[in-house]
Amino acid sequence: MKFLRLLKRSIREAFKSVFRNFSLSLASISCITITLIIVAASIIITFNLQNFTSEMEKDLTIVVFLDNNINEEEIDTLMTELRDMSNVESLTYQSKASIKEEMRKESEVFDEVMSTWSDEDNPLKDTFQIKVKDVEKISDTAESIEKMEEVSSVKYGEGMVDNLLLAFESIQKISYGVVIALVLVTVFLIINTIKLTIFSRKREISIMRLVGASNFMIKTPFIVEGMVLGMFGSIIPILIICFGYVALYDHTNGYLYSQMITLIEPEPFIYMISGIILVIGIIVGMVGSASAVRKYLKI
Amino acid sequence: MKVMVMIKPMDLIRVRNVNKQYKNGVTAIYDLSLNIKKGSFVFVIGGSGSGKSTFIKMLYREEKPTSGEIIVGGINVAKLRNAKVYKLRRKLGIVFQDYRLLPKQTVYENVAFAMEVLGSPKQETRRKVLKALELVGLKGKIHNYPDQLSGGEQQRVAIARAIVNEPKILLCDEPTGNLDPERSIEIVKVLDEINKTCGTTIIMATHDKDIVNTMQKEIILLKDGRLIKHAEKGGYEE
Ligand SMILES: Nc1ncnc2c1ncn2[C@@H]1O[C@H](COP(=O)(O)OP(=O)(O)O)[C@@H](O)[C@H]1O
Ligand SMILES: [Mg+2]
Repeated sequence: MKFLRLLKRSIREAFKSVFRNFSLSLASISCITITLIIVAASIIITFNLQNFTSEMEKDLTIVVFLDNNINEEEIDTLMTELRDMSNVESLTYQSKASIKEEMRKESEVFDEVMSTWSDEDNPLKDTFQIKVKDVEKISDTAESIEKMEEVSSVKYGEGMVDNLLLAFESIQKISYGVVIALVLVTVFLIINTIKLTIFSRKREISIMRLVGASNFMIKTPFIVEGMVLGMFGSIIPILIICFGYVALYDHTNGYLYSQMITLIEPEPFIYMISGIILVIGIIVGMVGSASAVRKYLKI
Repeated sequence: MKVMVMIKPMDLIRVRNVNKQYKNGVTAIYDLSLNIKKGSFVFVIGGSGSGKSTFIKMLYREEKPTSGEIIVGGINVAKLRNAKVYKLRRKLGIVFQDYRLLPKQTVYENVAFAMEVLGSPKQETRRKVLKALELVGLKGKIHNYPDQLSGGEQQRVAIARAIVNEPKILLCDEPTGNLDPERSIEIVKVLDEINKTCGTTIIMATHDKDIVNTMQKEIILLKDGRLIKHAEKGGYEE
């Protein structure tokens, strides 16, 4: 009970002093706001990328290129062999002739070049396209297929995914850098806000000490003030997340770049991100106020 | 029949061989030993610079003795860690020459502050604050701000704040230092009243001879940091 009363008092005092030093509080709050908007954007992008890459992994296919001198019978045995593999979901066969036709249809250049190829000197290879059950094991499966006779080589799309992830990683590194710099500026501003509060309350603090308030009781209002600043700072970012993301999702129907990238559905995604942003804001505020208390409240 | 043997600690404050040297090399207290009984009203007297404030400050652990032992209400003050000082302070009320009120808060709020910061419930706070203000004779001015009060009245607010948590000991360092003789004697009468009705032990540092002579209380006379005289009852003569 006593603890709750002290907590209530701390919260009341914290709100009072946020409004008493309003211009400085506003500077801290704005800085937290900007930081959190960028943090939110990074988180949203990261989550969507992760979602996107895992979606893409589901579409991964193993392409098995067969030896040139393979005959129909051998193809049939190989097909049953592949079908019996535990990780193989489904497979389709495409002969080199049909691949040639397909490619010729796709581009005029190909058409011109390939028109002269006879079946004998067609350098393309007969292929199987295999969908796997478990993408995680795709490299093992590909490896064992490659060891089979009559198989010339095997390819699967790991390179593309890796390249994409690499590109995303560098984007992420840059945003980490920006966020860290912004957090530092924010913490610095909060320290100064709380410092001013501490100085303006020197007399109150000294009286609290005289009448026997413990360090905990003296510190708490200032710590809470930092948390309140962080909380206020997260309001606008949360509004942007909730309305902005839903608007983006509705506007694009959940796809970016003509169905290449699917967006994560807004609910419950935006609530999770809002929660994360609120917690980050409060923690940043608390770190700032705690270091101000340690520095300026000689206890 | 049960016989209960109670060892009653009569001495609320015990000071043993205390020396105090400030960082700048000034020695303010030399080898001080004395006891103060529960319920007494003691004047700590002596000229300016005799060490009265230093003595009081050591009692509430604003200053630490350089050597020696100080026990206040069972707490070994010299050995008390900074983080535990609040436990000592809760047994004490402290009044200064300059009142130290919060200017933007009313009389009531100033006194209630001392209870609120300790987490006291609202009802109890209200009851005790009004009681304390009644005791110092300020019940009619609870909604005034400090700058609307005379010096004597402001000091009464400070006294009410010091006693509102019902401390065992009330320490006063020159509480009448800024007041004219008439107001001064009124303040001391208030302290005497608190001593009699609440049983609070009162230790008051002063260099005001008239007050000490009029009241005829226990005296501790210091001179240049040394105890010259400790008497149950007496006036101010050197
Ligand atoms: N914080 C301090 N630092 C150094 N010397 C001090 C300090 N406080 C008091 N003194 C010195 O200690 C001596 C006693 O001072 P004080 O206890 O204030 O005496 P009183 O209250 O009787 O006037 C004086 O010589 C004073 O200059
Ligand atoms: Mg003095």
